[in-house]
Amino acid sequence: MADKTVIIKIKRQQSPDAKPQWEEFELPWKRGMNVTSSLMDIAANPLTRDGKTTTPITYDANCLEEVCGSCAMLINGRACMACSALIDKLDQPIRLEPFSKFPVIRDLAVDRIVLFENLKRVKAWVPVDGTYDLGPGPRVTPEEQELAYPLSRCISCCCCMEACPQFNEHTGFVGAAAISQVRLFNTHPTGKALKHERLAALMGDGGIQECGYAQNCLEACPKDIPLTRSIAEVGGEVMKQAIGGLFRR
Amino acid sequence: MAAAPRIIVVGGGLAGLAAAIKIAEMGGRVDLFSIVPVKRSHSVCAQGGINAAKNLKGEGDSTWQHFDDTVYGGDFLANQPPVKGMCDAAPAIIDLLDRMGVPFNRTPEGLLDFRRFGGTMYNRTAFAGATTGQQLLYALDEQVRRHESEGKVQKYEHWEFLSAVLDGNRTCRGICAMDLRSMEVRSFPADAVIIATGGIGAIFGKSTNSVVCTGSAQSVLYQQGAFYANGEFIQVHPTSIPGEDKLRLMSESARGEGGRVWVPRKKGDTRDPKSIPESERWYFLEEWYPKYGNLVPRDVATRAIHKVVYEHNLGIDGQPMVYLDLTHIDRQILDRKLEGILEIYEKFVGDDPRETPMKIFPGMHYTMGGLWVDYKQATNIPGLYATGECEYQYHGANRLGANSLVSCIYGGFIGGPAAVFYARSLAKSSAAVTNGVFDSELKRQGEINAKLMKADGRENPFKLWRELGDLMTRNCTVIRDNKDLSATDGKLCELLERYAHINLSDRSLWANTTFVFTRQLYNMLQLARVIAQGALMRNESRGAHYKPNFPERDDKNWMKTTKAYFAADADEPRFEFEPVDVSLLPPRPRRYDAVK
Repeated sequence: MADKTVIIKIKRQQSPDAKPQWEEFELPWKRGMNVTSSLMDIAANPLTRDGKTTTPITYDANCLEEVCGSCAMLINGRACMACSALIDKLDQPIRLEPFSKFPVIRDLAVDRIVLFENLKRVKAWVPVDGTYDLGPGPRVTPEEQELAYPLSRCISCCCCMEACPQFNEHTGFVGAAAISQVRLFNTHPTGKALKHERLAALMGDGGIQECGYAQNCLEACPKDIPLTRSIAEVGGEVMKQAIGGLFRR
Repeated sequence: MAAAPRIIVVGGGLAGLAAAIKIAEMGGRVDLFSIVPVKRSHSVCAQGGINAAKNLKGEGDSTWQHFDDTVYGGDFLANQPPVKGMCDAAPAIIDLLDRMGVPFNRTPEGLLDFRRFGGTMYNRTAFAGATTGQQLLYALDEQVRRHESEGKVQKYEHWEFLSAVLDGNRTCRGICAMDLRSMEVRSFPADAVIIATGGIGAIFGKSTNSVVCTGSAQSVLYQQGAFYANGEFIQVHPTSIPGEDKLRLMSESARGEGGRVWVPRKKGDTRDPKSIPESERWYFLEEWYPKYGNLVPRDVATRAIHKVVYEHNLGIDGQPMVYLDLTHIDRQILDRKLEGILEIYEKFVGDDPRETPMKIFPGMHYTMGGLWVDYKQATNIPGLYATGECEYQYHGANRLGANSLVSCIYGGFIGGPAAVFYARSLAKSSAAVTNGVFDSELKRQGEINAKLMKADGRENPFKLWRELGDLMTRNCTVIRDNKDLSATDGKLCELLERYAHINLSDRSLWANTTFVFTRQLYNMLQLARVIAQGALMRNESRGAHYKPNFPERDDKNWMKTTKAYFAADADEPRFEFEPVDVSLLPPRPRRYDAVK
C-alpha cells in the first residue's frame, strides 16, 4: 500500500429489503481525489481493508461536476454531493451512507422519484402554446433574470429534503425544492398563468404549512439556492390565496 | 393508420427531449428511455451558450454568416444543406426556449444578451450564466413532464438500451432494453425508434463527458447494420481541468468574455503567475492568430497548446498545463456571466479564478462523428432515426463552440416529426408485427446476458477500460500517426480477446452496475476500432483530424464522409466513402491566422 492512504467505511445493502452492513476500505491517496473517484478506485480493485474480495459499490453518478444532481449521499453524516466532496477536506475514516429518507435501491443508490412526482403536482413548467415559431418571449429585466436564475439552478439532488426534519413519512411534506420551483414559475410572466393551481397544490396535508423553519435546507443546498426565502414568499402567497378562498365561499 | 403512432425515443438529453416534445405535439405516443432520470442527462454539462444569428448587437450578423462560420469551422466536411437548415432555424429556437422560461442573460432593455464564442467575429451566443445546457435541458424537461402528466409521454428511466428489434426486412420495429434495477430484459414495440444517446467520451477513459456517455447504443446499432460516419473526428477541448476521475470542462465562454491563454516566456519559471510582468508572458494564441486571438476554433487552440507544451517545453512547472487568465476582468461581470464555471474551478481545484489564473489543458470533449443519417435524421435502417451528438451531420471535421446545443434541438425537431410521418405511412404498424420478431431478439439478448453473468476469467473490466482510455487518448486525439494508429487497432483486438476472459466481480441480479458497465465495455471496444481505423485511413489533415505526415487538407481525395459498417462474419469494421454536398459554399482554405 502507498505511504499515504484513505480509509472509507461504506454502509452497504444488497437490495431494498436486505439488512445493511458496513465495509471498510483503504485506498492509496491521490492528489485531488474525491468520494466518487474513490468509489471508482474500489471498483477497479474491490478488496476490503482486511483483504476480503467484495463487489464494487453501487451508487448514482453522472456528470461528476455537481450539476446533474445524481451522486447525493450522506458523507460523514451530512447530505452532500459525492463528486465535489474532496477527500482532503473530510475527516477520516470517511463514512458513506445512502440517504436515510428515501428507499434504498442498493448500497448508496436511492430512489428519489418523489421529487419528480412533486414537480408534476405543482406544475413546474411554463404553459407555452406550442413549439412552433411564435416570436420572442416576454421581455425580462436583468433584475428579474438575476432573481430567477439562482432558483433555476436546482439540480434535484434532494439534499434539502434529506436534511429537513419535517420531510418524513408522517408529514408527507413536499420539501423545499418543489416549493422553490413554485416561486420560480409563479414569477415568470407566462408561468404565472398557473399560479393559482400551483399554490392550491401546496395547501393541505404535506403542503407548505408542514415546514417547521428549521432552515436545514438552506445549509444543505449545494447550489446556495435561497430556499427559506422561497418558502417564506410562497407561504405568504398560499396564505393569501387560502384566505381569499374563504371569502369567496 | 388510425391509432396514434407509437415512437420510442432512447436518450433524454436535449435531442431526445426535443424529439419527444414534437412527437407529443403531433399526437404521437412517446416511450422515452433513459439510463438516468432525464433531468440528469449530459446536456446539463454544457456551459457557455447556444448560437443563433439574431443580430441584436448591430453587427450585421446573419444566418448565412452563421452557416458560413459553421461550414468553414468544420473544414468543409459537413453536407451543407442540413447545416444551413440548422442555422436558419436557430433564431426561432432561441425564441422558443425564451418563451419556455430559460433564464437567459439580458441586456438593460430586457432583450437577450449575446456573447462571442470561438470561430466567429460576431456576438452570436445566447447564454444563461455559464450553465446554459442545464437551463435548456430543464426547460425541455419541464415541457416533457407536462406532456407526461397528460399521458402523452411514458418515461422509462433507469433503463438501458440493449438493441434494436429488426424484422425479416431489416426494418426497425422496436427495441430491447434492460431495467437497471431488476435487470429484467424486455422488448418494446414501436412504429419508429429515435436514438439520442449522446457522446462517446468513456471510450477515451477520462473526458469532459458524463459517466453515461459510453457510445454503447451507437456501437450496438453499428453492429446491427447501421452506418457509423466520420468516427475519426474527435474534438479535444482546449481548456479542461485535469482531474483524477474526469476532465472537467472550462467553458470557451471564459475566453468569450475576455479570458487570455498564456505561459511564462521563461522555461521553468516558478514565480506566482500574478507577479510575472506582461512582457514576460507569452500570449501565444494572440500572437499566432491576431484576428481571432483566444477565440480560434477548438482544434486550432488545442494544437497550439500542445505545441507550446510539448515542442516549446513551456508548460507550467514543466507539467502539461497552461494558464487561462480571467483576473483582469471585473469581478461583478465574472459573477454575472461566468459564475457556474468559476464555482466548478473553485470547488474542484480550490483556487479562486477571479484572483489566480486557472491551470488548464486540452481534454477529449465531443465526437463530430456518429450514426450516419440522411437530412431527415433517418439512419440506413428503416424506422431508425438518430439525433444529437450520437449522429454525425452538422459539425463536419470540427464543431464550433455553442453549436452543439442548437444542433441537438434542431435535430430533435427534424427527427421527431420525420419519425411520425414515417410511422403514419407504414403499411403495417408495430402492433401487427408477429411476436416471433420480438421473441428472437429478446432471446439473443438473454443469451448475451447469461454468458456474461457466468464470466469468470481474470480480467477486471474497470482495469481493461482504463487501458482502453489511455490507448485512445494517446493515439486517437490531437496528433495522429499511421504507425501508432495501426498499432492501436492491434491493441484493440488484443483488448477484445482479453475481454473474452473477463471476470465479473459482481454476479447479483439486482442493480448490478458492474454487469451493465461490462456490457457497455464490449461495445466501446468495437466502436474504438471504427475510430482508430477511420483515422488510419484518412491521409490528410482536416479540422480535428491532424496528421503531421499529411499536414494539408486534401479535397481531391478526402472531401468525403467516412462510412463504417460492421462485417459480422469477420468481426471488424469495413469502410466506404461518400462525397460531401458542397453545393452552397465552395470550399476554400481554412486559415485562422489570416482574414478568411
